[in-house]
Amino acid sequence: MRPEQQGIEMAVLVSVGRHPITGRARRADQDARGLELALCLEGRLPGSRIGLLHAGPRSEESEAALRGYLGMAADAGTGLNTLTLLEQPEGSDAIPALADHLSAAMPQLVITGTRAELGEGSGLLPYALAERLGWPLVNGLAAVEKVENGVATLLQALPRGQRRRLQVRLPAIICVDAAAPAARQSAFGPARRGELEATPGAAELDHELAGWQVAPALKRPKRLKIIRAASARDRFKAAAAKAEGGSGQVLEGVSSEQGAEAIFTLLHEEGVLRS
Amino acid sequence: MSEMCRRDPRREWIARNRLHPEHASALAALGSIGGGGAASEWLGPSGVLRRNPHGVGFIGPNGVKRIDRSGAQQGGSAPGHGRQAVQQDRRRHVEISDPAFLVAVVPDLTGGRLSGHDKDLLGLARRLADDDPERPGAVLAVVFGEHKEERLGEAGIDRVLHLGAETYAGFAPEARLAALTAVERELAPRHWLLPDSPLGGADLGRRLAQRLGERPVTGVWQIEADVEAPLGWRCTARGAAERLDIRRPLPRVALALAECAEPVDETRHAAEPLSLGAAVPIALSRIEDLGQVAVDPAGVALAEAEFILSAGNGVKDWEGFHHAARVLGATEGASRVAVDDGFMARDRQVGASGTWVTARVYLAVGISGAIQHLQGIQGCDRVVAINLDPGCDMIKRADLAVIGDAAEILAALVAKVEQQRGGQRDAA
Repeated sequence: MRPEQQGIEMAVLVSVGRHPITGRARRADQDARGLELALCLEGRLPGSRIGLLHAGPRSEESEAALRGYLGMAADAGTGLNTLTLLEQPEGSDAIPALADHLSAAMPQLVITGTRAELGEGSGLLPYALAERLGWPLVNGLAAVEKVENGVATLLQALPRGQRRRLQVRLPAIICVDAAAPAARQSAFGPARRGELEATPGAAELDHELAGWQVAPALKRPKRLKIIRAASARDRFKAAAAKAEGGSGQVLEGVSSEQGAEAIFTLLHEEGVLRS
Repeated sequence: MSEMCRRDPRREWIARNRLHPEHASALAALGSIGGGGAASEWLGPSGVLRRNPHGVGFIGPNGVKRIDRSGAQQGGSAPGHGRQAVQQDRRRHVEISDPAFLVAVVPDLTGGRLSGHDKDLLGLARRLADDDPERPGAVLAVVFGEHKEERLGEAGIDRVLHLGAETYAGFAPEARLAALTAVERELAPRHWLLPDSPLGGADLGRRLAQRLGERPVTGVWQIEADVEAPLGWRCTARGAAERLDIRRPLPRVALALAECAEPVDETRHAAEPLSLGAAVPIALSRIEDLGQVAVDPAGVALAEAEFILSAGNGVKDWEGFHHAARVLGATEGASRVAVDDGFMARDRQVGASGTWVTARVYLAVGISGAIQHLQGIQGCDRVVAINLDPGCDMIKRADLAVIGDAAEILAALVAKVEQQRGGQRDAA
């Protein structure tokens, strides 16, 4: 028996990115990966709908960047050709506008990138939305395995290439980072033909951000190896020392079973052996 | 036995006279009384400090007298005696019994131990706590789950709140957040510091800040005192994908990058256990952790693999080595010689001209440890070596070294792992 597949409502929050070398506005890398994830999920769950959402000022540069997302849905045959733009003046807080829109639209899955490439870039937005809406949040997402009966099964990317399987009750917010599959190319024609639906969003100025000093990033000083030695001999030894563990345990003249036993105990303690 | 020191002036005189026929025996007798070697300094009967310059130092391996002026050796005592003096802990012991405020730190404890990032963060916490020597604060560490770290005090922790319940294991942000909220309610720390590391403090810290209604600072890499700021500190944080520096007053919740401060190394702290008065309310979890998924270890990039089985010139049975890697679930690495001889692919080479690895456990089989290879494994936590030569450099670097035939030991290890897995399957 094949379980009944039902589509879900998804909202992908997108932002304006910045190319790391040229500094031009572009689609943000992580948000594009989020849209890629949504498009893949839509292919597997017929009847799903994707809404693209952005809050911010409207300008020529940002519009070109946002159209990059619309160009991704060209051959998917999804009818995804509009992007909802909550228009706000420069320097506004995006969180209230997005929270209002999402609580009205009630999507089941909200997909965002982890951090913005412009502005404060603190990665707080999904957390603030989760707290306001009272929805669960999962970060570092690698893949969505399935969505059934209002429960999503997700794969979370752990450091060192490991994966962890999670189950989340919908509605939920999921954040993708560089572990998610890379975004497809953006096609120019569909990007030009797509529409931006601009609606005025809540305009709350971010006064706190305006009070901070923002400067181009300085190169961080490299940490020096500080040697606090009482005598010249100690300083010389520290400077000329070869790497010597010293504290290591050496098993000499033992049978191979005993040696294997000792190694097995250490591997077991470290928890690297998976059964 | 009485502690009174009885001197024999005649024997001392013989011991000073190297030409005396009984010189050696007198010296030995004096040495056994004086606790290993003649005294080089003593208080004379008239209260004058007497020195015996011949008693200083020791006879080196070539029969030449060597004098160690580091202070490690006292008088003519045996070298073994002096070692202990070197290893003696000179760090100041600090106990803060009545702290003016608390600085709460939630370390990641990756793999159950304090990571370098955690130690840097604790150094930052100590800066915040020890700013005013008149009214020092205490550093409180909130530790989730089981851990293997024994040196919490040496990293600068005054109080430890250990929450070891099952509910905090794995990915349990909601349970952890409930516990941190209970800590906030009961202890009300002045600062909350978390490492800005993905899936660790970065996630928990942002959740905590939202729950406390604070606007946290993320990616802090520098702090400095500032009397005008509400908490007395300013911080510099990275923003906009590492391209901006944002300077702002330090808020209550801060997420700091690695190398934000120097780790503590001059003091030792008490690390007293602490417990919460009220039980932590059980949070209803909407996220369920189904455990880790088995990934193909051969597909994991060598630089980020957790467990590496590495082969060198000493490996002759390559089939056995590949089989062992499969059974242990380890990523395969190799030394330069093994790659040059064509036994392993070039992208598996570990070392200066290959990959710098950061594995938690590095199992080196038949690798003698050229300096270029040792450079490549600097970032590894635990190194295990299997080698025939007990004098090689890899043995000196290793935490556990087994001297013996690599193929036999690997085969025994594989048999042991398979036997244990078989036993588990039978039990299940």
